[in-house]
Amino acid sequence: MSHSEDWPLWEVFLRGRRGLSHQHVGSLHAPDPELALQNARDLYTRRGEGVSIWVVRSTEVHASDPDDQGPLFDPPSDKAYRHPTFYKVPEDLQL
Amino acid sequence: MPPTNSDESRDLAFQEAIDADRTVEPRDWMPERYRSTMVRQIAQHAHSEIIGMQPEGNWITRAPSLRRKAILLAKVQDEAGHGLYLYAAAETLGVGRGELTELLITGRQKYSSIFNYPTLTWADVGAIGWLVDGAAITNQLALTKTSYGPYARAMVRICREESFHQRQGFELLAELSRGTRAQHEMAQDAVNRWWWPALMMFGPPDSESPNTAQSMAWKIKRVSNDDLRQRFVDMTVPQSRALGLDLPDSQLRWNEARGHYDFGPIDWEEFRQVVGGHGACNAQRIAVRRAADEGGAWVREAARAWEVRQQSRTSAA
Amino acid sequence: MTAGVAGLSVVDLREVALGLGDDCLVLSHRLAEWTTHAPELEEEMALANLALDLLGQARSLLTLAGEADGRDEDQLAYWRDDRDFRNLLLLEQPNGDFAVTMTRQVLFSTFQELLYRGMAAGTEPRLAAIAAKGVMEARYHVEHARLWVQRLGRGTEESHRRMGQALDLLWPYTQELFKPTESWSRAADQGAVPPLSSIEEPWRHSIESLMVDSGLEIPGFPAWQSGGRLGRHSEHLGHLLAEMQHLHRSHPNASW
Ligand SMILES: [Fe+2]
Ligand SMILES: [Fe+2]
Repeated sequence: MSHSEDWPLWEVFLRGRRGLSHQHVGSLHAPDPELALQNARDLYTRRGEGVSIWVVRSTEVHASDPDDQGPLFDPPSDKAYRHPTFYKVPEDLQL
Repeated sequence: MPPTNSDESRDLAFQEAIDADRTVEPRDWMPERYRSTMVRQIAQHAHSEIIGMQPEGNWITRAPSLRRKAILLAKVQDEAGHGLYLYAAAETLGVGRGELTELLITGRQKYSSIFNYPTLTWADVGAIGWLVDGAAITNQLALTKTSYGPYARAMVRICREESFHQRQGFELLAELSRGTRAQHEMAQDAVNRWWWPALMMFGPPDSESPNTAQSMAWKIKRVSNDDLRQRFVDMTVPQSRALGLDLPDSQLRWNEARGHYDFGPIDWEEFRQVVGGHGACNAQRIAVRRAADEGGAWVREAARAWEVRQQSRTSAA
Repeated sequence: MTAGVAGLSVVDLREVALGLGDDCLVLSHRLAEWTTHAPELEEEMALANLALDLLGQARSLLTLAGEADGRDEDQLAYWRDDRDFRNLLLLEQPNGDFAVTMTRQVLFSTFQELLYRGMAAGTEPRLAAIAAKGVMEARYHVEHARLWVQRLGRGTEESHRRMGQALDLLWPYTQELFKPTESWSRAADQGAVPPLSSIEEPWRHSIESLMVDSGLEIPGFPAWQSGGRLGRHSEHLGHLLAEMQHLHRSHPNASW
């Protein structure tokens, strides 16, 4: 019943102290950016970590292909158009 | 050109990567059984953190000093955080929190059976911190090196936070043990009740644990049930002496040859009964979780509706 | 009467600290009751943070209140009966649903933030120090509660209806916030705490604009309930204290 109704997922980035860049620390669910920031503060800074928080909707994060392209790892399926097999051509044609 | 895509060669390559201690990350290809084992284990772990809030939460409003109340509240809050980290780790495998909650409250996924025991006195809060968190830490330290990256990272964060959980339990019991006679008895009674269930937390003996071999090969599990259990016993016996409390096992003694403590047989029938749903609190624990989920539905719904309206307002502007 | 640091009598300092400390203690207890029942896990974290902040404030304030006659925070928390508690009636009201809890929170935290701001600039250094720390926490509590009041007020039909009910339920207890005890008035004369009349306007303004934002209407009936500051409580406090105190009182000479 409830699973299609989860609040959106957000990625949380924390600046540990001045002079450092923001680092990814984890994720959480929140209905909107304001509550996401508050939830991030509650979840990821309750031991005094961090002076600045970013939250980014997880769906807004665009990922590069995995670094490892060893035999183990398939090419990412989200850019199938880079691969010739993506295109249907008549079988008797030489392309 | 379809390369060496047969399942077998993929499985083989996956195992080689694991053997070379390479961490598996969410977008990597993985055998379906690895994925489902991982989802099941992370989910069960997440559920345990959340259900595990209940036995201790039972004493927050009755904590006998304001200092203890603050400690307990912070600890139970930490467990909620642990649940959150773990649900997020499961989510990297494409399973949502709501979906997992649904599986929990309909009894299709399990949680650690230790939380089906009741907390009868204040000393139980101490026994849980000392023994249950102690056992959990033993387990979780081993899991910081598990092969699935998001799970391992969640474990690192959790272990860092756990450090005060066991200490506060130990300190609480120490205070009771050297307190009034009634307090000492309360502490001993709690240890008597929690010792054996804590040993069961490591799961069935290796000889009866069919999934262990594959989990070890995939480095999901890095140390076997029996080895972890022994590690915990060896660590805990000296602590019990420092506390001035007895562990309820007449067969417990140092074995010079093994370099470990020997301990008596575990009542696995009790374990099976509790896992099977017949513990003192199984129904109660699930009912509370279900009530929170259902009772909160209108709140979650309202927040979503508000956000949808905000979005349409900004896009209309 | 012995004069305190800022010419504030020991009795008045104790009464003021006791009232504010009991506010924090009782509300913290109510918020802690939410543990394992919150509508979402993220909110579980938030409610526990509110409860922990308030418990911390309660401990500082009760410690200060007990100084004069050598009673510590636990003696004050666990060995007084309800007639000796000085908290506002608003704060001992049962949690109800999430709408009631957030409405209570915004009504109180808005008041507390304004009060702490005044007290942080006041002439009694220990009260000022507690307030200076507390004001940051109160600010956060206000923000959190406001976000929820807006969302519930304008969320769904059901959430709107529940918010309306919550406001009707709690509004009668709001006038008491601004009713000074004699000790409070003398402390205000000494400049140790702000006169309650000085924060009533900004409070009203803040609450009214929030309710307008949230599509909610402030009840037209008068807010007349009071008595908490004088130890005249609702039936709810006795039960709350019975639960909170029973274990401690069952072992009179024990330490924990
Ligand atoms: Fe935990
Ligand atoms: Fe823990």
